[in-house]
Amino acid sequence: MQLVMKTEKSFGAFALSTDFSASGERIGIFGVSGSGKSTLVSMLAGLVEPDCGEIILDGETLFSSSRGVNLRPERRRIAMVFQQHCLFPHLSVKSNLLYGFKRCPVQYRTIDFDALVTVLKLEELLTRGVTNLSGGEKQRVALGRAIMANPRLLLMDEPLSALDDNLRFQIIPYLKSVSEHFRIPYLFISHSLLEMRLMTDTSLVFEQGRMVAQTSSEELARSRMGQNQAGYINLLQLGRPSPVNGLSAYPWGDSRLLLSADSGRDNSLAELSSKEIILFKQHPEAISARNLLECRVKGLFSSGRKIGVELDCSGNGLIAEVVQDAVDELGITPGSTIYAAIKASAFRILPG
Amino acid sequence: MIPLASTDYDAIRLSLQVSVAATLLSLPFGFAFAYLITFVRFRGKVVLEVLVNLPLTLPPVVVGYFLLLLLGKHGWLGSLLNDAGIRIIFTLKAAVIASAVVGFPLLVRSLRIGMEGIDPQLLNASRTLGARWHDTMLTVILPLSLPGLIAGSSLMFARSLGEFGATIIVAGNIPGVTQTIPLAIYEYASSPASETMALSLCLVSVAISVTVLFIHEVTAKKLARRG
Repeated sequence: MQLVMKTEKSFGAFALSTDFSASGERIGIFGVSGSGKSTLVSMLAGLVEPDCGEIILDGETLFSSSRGVNLRPERRRIAMVFQQHCLFPHLSVKSNLLYGFKRCPVQYRTIDFDALVTVLKLEELLTRGVTNLSGGEKQRVALGRAIMANPRLLLMDEPLSALDDNLRFQIIPYLKSVSEHFRIPYLFISHSLLEMRLMTDTSLVFEQGRMVAQTSSEELARSRMGQNQAGYINLLQLGRPSPVNGLSAYPWGDSRLLLSADSGRDNSLAELSSKEIILFKQHPEAISARNLLECRVKGLFSSGRKIGVELDCSGNGLIAEVVQDAVDELGITPGSTIYAAIKASAFRILPG
Repeated sequence: MIPLASTDYDAIRLSLQVSVAATLLSLPFGFAFAYLITFVRFRGKVVLEVLVNLPLTLPPVVVGYFLLLLLGKHGWLGSLLNDAGIRIIFTLKAAVIASAVVGFPLLVRSLRIGMEGIDPQLLNASRTLGARWHDTMLTVILPLSLPGLIAGSSLMFARSLGEFGATIIVAGNIPGVTQTIPLAIYEYASSPASETMALSLCLVSVAISVTVLFIHEVTAKKLARRG
């Protein structure tokens, strides 16, 4: 997918200016509330008309003020998943799913209904009304409805923000798998760095109506580490835990980690803040933290007033966060060996 | 209770005919006006809103008089219709028009309340899923406006049943032709000997109104449960 967007839009005192060209299948739009993300998405979908400029998607002009082109939303083939599910309350789950499909020109109908129902696990819900579904079920149906419209681009406008933490991580695999399975590129809008990393490869960063950066989602998370209250969130792929002295030992690549929580699953994803890692120059004699890892420093990067230390722990990557004084005292340089201490309670297993 | 006279049965039949016709006639216009006011941005919207609501605040007799000026033999529209061989004044058609005009604001108001309760994002969702505006109107707005439509229709029907002032001016009080229940009651009440006859018709009027309101409540509850 290739998107070129050069537009201007003003609402009273707020002005949004876009000037970018992005290509890829998993693009993110990142920004805090009020940065203009939703306006951008609405302009792309054709729901809001830019004051001037042009929008070109895969070579087709969707909007051009100079050439007088403004394709109506229903002709753009850009489906949306909204913050709130926006399901039609008077229709059943099945009718909701088929709403866009019935209106899609026959030549574009490639998505198989049964396959979609299977991927999203909606078999049991088809005949039900949508008002009594749970939050996660509603968002799955909304996602399915957008996919069934056979769009050439899927816009996800903070689709997880209305869900609680548990549901959010239950929905993410669906969001990823459904677009991968049916090969639909998407634009994912969020103010969460973690969601950006999980869902996108490239991020366009917006602040106060202007794009300030176009970077990889990983780079974005690193650059925001210093100003983010939670620091940088390390995501660790863990294996099946086994009980050890009141804790749970998880395989982590070639290493092992001790955690307080027991996921009970064969595979789980755990998050660990860069702030929770304490670095030692030498192996301490004794320590209360249950995880002490010998690591090699791969590199350093600065983010605000903090320094990120990129660690290689027996093949597994971690990012720790320290201040410049600590870097000097510990003599942290790329290639040096260092010890990382992490408490067993510092990890958080993400709901699966 | 004294049994009803044959003219009373005519009045009941005419009342029902006028109310049903006025309600059905107003529905498409009411829906269109409510849609315009709720979803379309245009200049002069306030003027349109004032005009739609005007019959609600004007005395019905004044509405009837304006209709007489418009539809009378020498009226702006009446003369044209007269040339085409269509007579409106002092016919059942005039009674239907009078009821429709007087009840119209109630229908539009109820429909508007219904439409304003629809999440605008549903309309956006519909458009991005490939529906054109008229498709969205028929498949999203209309079904979601049903509670408002039913409430408005019931109110309009009930208002039409009670319509008196405008009707007597444009349709007269002709038994068997334009005499509806209120007009018949008025005639009875004007003659001291017929007070009990008036009471019988009043009870019929109450019975019809209660039935309409009952159906309205039950339907509204069913729709609320479905929604």
